[in-house]
Amino acid sequence: MRPEWTGFTEGHWTSTIDVRNFIQRNYTPYEGDDSFLEGPTNRTEALWADVRKLMDEEHKRGILDAETKIPSSITSHGPGYLDKEKEQIVGFQTDAPLKRGIMPKGGIRMVENALSAFGYELDPSTKTIYTEYRKTHNDGVFDAYTDDMRKARHSGIITGLPDAYGRGRIIGDYRRVALYGVDFLIEQKKQDKKLMDPNYMDSPVIRQREEISEQIRALAELKEMAASYGFDISRPAANAKEAIQWTYFAYLGAIKEQDGAAMSLGRVSTFLDIYIQRDLEAGVLTEVEAQELMDHFVMKLRMVRFLRTPSYNELFSGDPTWVTESIGGMGLDCRTLVTKNSFRILHTLYNLGPAPEPNLTVLWSEHLPDGFKQFCAKVSVDTSSIQYENDDLMREYWGDDYGIACCVSAMRIGKQMQFFGARANLAKALLYAINGGKDEKSGDQVGPLFAPITGDYLDYDQVMDRFDQILDWLSNLYINTLNIIHYMHDKYCYERLQMALHDNDILRTSACGIAGLSVVADSLSAIKYAKVKVIRNEAGLAVDYDVEGEYPAFGNNDDRVDSIACDIVERFMNKLRKHKTYRESIPTLSILTITSNVVYGKKTGCTPDGRKAGEPFAPGANPMHGRDKNGAIASMSSVAKLPYEHSQDGISYTFSIVPGALGKSKQERIQNLCGLLDGYFHDEGHHINVNVFDRETLIDAMDHPEKYPQLTIRVSGYAVNFIKLTREQQLDVIHRTFHEHA
Amino acid sequence: MPDSTIQGYIHSTESCGTVDGPGIRYVIFMQGCPLRCQYCHNPDTWKLQDGRIVTAGQLVSEAGKYKSYMRFSGGGVTVSGGEPLLQSEFVQTFFRLCHEEGISTALDTAGSVPLDRCRAVLEHTDLVLLDIKHMDPDRYRDLTAGALAPTLEFARYLQEQKIPTWIRYVLVPGLTDQEEGLHRLGAFLQPMENIQRVDLLPFHKLGEYKWKTLQYPYTLWETPEPTKAQIAEAAAILRQYGVPLQSPS
Repeated sequence: MRPEWTGFTEGHWTSTIDVRNFIQRNYTPYEGDDSFLEGPTNRTEALWADVRKLMDEEHKRGILDAETKIPSSITSHGPGYLDKEKEQIVGFQTDAPLKRGIMPKGGIRMVENALSAFGYELDPSTKTIYTEYRKTHNDGVFDAYTDDMRKARHSGIITGLPDAYGRGRIIGDYRRVALYGVDFLIEQKKQDKKLMDPNYMDSPVIRQREEISEQIRALAELKEMAASYGFDISRPAANAKEAIQWTYFAYLGAIKEQDGAAMSLGRVSTFLDIYIQRDLEAGVLTEVEAQELMDHFVMKLRMVRFLRTPSYNELFSGDPTWVTESIGGMGLDCRTLVTKNSFRILHTLYNLGPAPEPNLTVLWSEHLPDGFKQFCAKVSVDTSSIQYENDDLMREYWGDDYGIACCVSAMRIGKQMQFFGARANLAKALLYAINGGKDEKSGDQVGPLFAPITGDYLDYDQVMDRFDQILDWLSNLYINTLNIIHYMHDKYCYERLQMALHDNDILRTSACGIAGLSVVADSLSAIKYAKVKVIRNEAGLAVDYDVEGEYPAFGNNDDRVDSIACDIVERFMNKLRKHKTYRESIPTLSILTITSNVVYGKKTGCTPDGRKAGEPFAPGANPMHGRDKNGAIASMSSVAKLPYEHSQDGISYTFSIVPGALGKSKQERIQNLCGLLDGYFHDEGHHINVNVFDRETLIDAMDHPEKYPQLTIRVSGYAVNFIKLTREQQLDVIHRTFHEHA
Repeated sequence: MPDSTIQGYIHSTESCGTVDGPGIRYVIFMQGCPLRCQYCHNPDTWKLQDGRIVTAGQLVSEAGKYKSYMRFSGGGVTVSGGEPLLQSEFVQTFFRLCHEEGISTALDTAGSVPLDRCRAVLEHTDLVLLDIKHMDPDRYRDLTAGALAPTLEFARYLQEQKIPTWIRYVLVPGLTDQEEGLHRLGAFLQPMENIQRVDLLPFHKLGEYKWKTLQYPYTLWETPEPTKAQIAEAAAILRQYGVPLQSPS
């Protein structure tokens, strides 16, 4: 046993990389309540006040500062400090807090546009390097795109694709650095490489040998970066402070080298609890100090920044980074994975106030200890800052050491990654079915040419038949587009460090997605149960629809339409499954829009459900605003019917309720929210964002943002600082269904 | 065997009720009410024939969809209104079917229907939420256009049958906040051991728009919602009688 491991129980983990085994052998489940928690130290309060000042300044200016010349790498910048004396956990992406690095390997245009949007100019020599000497991911993708792909991308039927910047949604097992130290990890990788020596060197083997070499190089750089802060991470962490610092360094290395849309943390809190518990028991750490370490760690996670363009912000607003941390859940042996540190990380929302990042995600099980359930519900009622995902559902697919990447994408930590594929606009696809493959806005032939529907009234069977054909075309085009993107990303923008913190043989998924599910379900329901008259322009293009009569809308727990929604999900997923994917990845599907539901709506014409052109879609799997009329639980029940089996990349549902509708007293609200979550997840709902506040609060925050600097709301799979949303998005949030009747 | 095809008139349902009984409840607002309370916030439930017709069987299968939520939160169904006891046979059948399904039942009533028509319903009622509008018979009549006596008789029957009961009293400034009435309420409730909880509900103005839409004459436009101090005063009186008053929030 290594001296750093003194006091730990040995196991398979001692000789082989197996963090799960280490956790299972050594963690202490906690079944009590929140009474042990401690408030912030003076140091924490002083540091946080400094951070708040910087963040205020950043909010005023758009960004605080940016690098313009040196591309960011693990060792390119730093060390950087906020207040070296006070910080218990150190490290920034660049040489100063909140200063944004540039990562041109994803695409130089994105970097140049983002810099100029904030009044900075890209250094000409850097530009020359990435235009004349070093090709980027973005260039590679556009070299290979077909005309059909360009058209689909332009019309917005497939959009949000990671073809101009880092793909993200990969979780390195950052815990490995703390548990084993970097030298051991490098040794293991060298052995892996030795095994990759077959008789015939074909391109997959060659690629993997090169990748492992890059991984080893990245690990060496990580040591160098830590050394610049005065730490030797070649060896394992020896105490709680080191374990947090080592884990953070590993994560920091990843975000210095990659600016993927979602750079999630994984599942570290229970792992870290083992070190904290050991120190507490040895009497070398107090609870106050333990909380301080977690507060300072979280403070750093709140300061993760990437340079984004304004158009990116229009899609995913509020400057999100998706530093998602998965908390709680149950083990395969039925012990809870809740520890005291699960409480501590949530408690940062009190010690530092509410915030959107890190994206705190509770893995809910009906078997979670009651004390933890109640604490989570209390945090939700007080801060609206956490999201919940169904551990009982996901454990069957992904075991008990998975984490959530981004919003709803589960993956086994260190053993699985995904090829992020954004989403296809199914509402637009439905309109293509009606218009014979023509775009309803431009009139361009984007989809395959076939006869448009010509009758005055839409016929359900006819529309479904055409829609099915459009989905055949779309699924094929979609998978092929992702194949190109991820081939090029591996080639030009490979995640060296994150993949160094994975096993050599991993499961890959091609994570497709859909937007506009409730629009499509309601449209088809309207066609089936009411009468939908088509209004065409001079060119014969269907541009508007008159709905005569009533139809059952998604979100009312009415099987007539809910079954249509389920069918669309399964139908599209089965089509995706038919296609050949890059690196034998397994296609999956998410029902998730994040805040892009506003932009998707803007790009989509009138739909047969009565939605007018340009109006936002509902986010994720949500029912359309105001159409869920039977109360909160009817709405949740409709969403819970959507089959996870066919949507394994996650089903996002955002739920907003006024406090009074949860009950009269605070205790009743907490109890009822627990009941709500237990019921929803028992009925196999996958994900839920919980917001508890009054519409009036939001309206007031729009008018007086200065009064609400930390007002946090959950949108679709992540949280945002409300005052950082665009006005349009603020209005969208306010117009969403608030469940206010009790 | 209950006849699940029996029909009733309902106004609407709510899948996430959290204030009409414990836990999360599926709430059915029945249509029709014999009272005409001046402060009613659901005047659209007064006329029986304005409702939607459903069978007891349909309603049970609808409520049954929410069993998970009821089970985890300790909830159930609540039949409210309107005055559900106007359709007592329907409610009785519905409750009996709920019990067959293992669903807990609550009845939200003003007890203003002759007791003979209520006894069978109460056999399948796990909890009664009893609205007492006032304790002075004259003022009761002024306020509701109905009589107080049946409500008191109903309350005594609940006591006798030991049926768990929550008392609800709406506090309207100038109408129901006279000290004497509150003392009478406290004294009336004091000996009743079946009373688990007493709620003092502050009058609110959220239902006023309905009076306007329906073009019914509304007399409380000028009446304010009670202040915190007014609520505290009323609560203090009730507390003198040792009733299990829920602290108003």
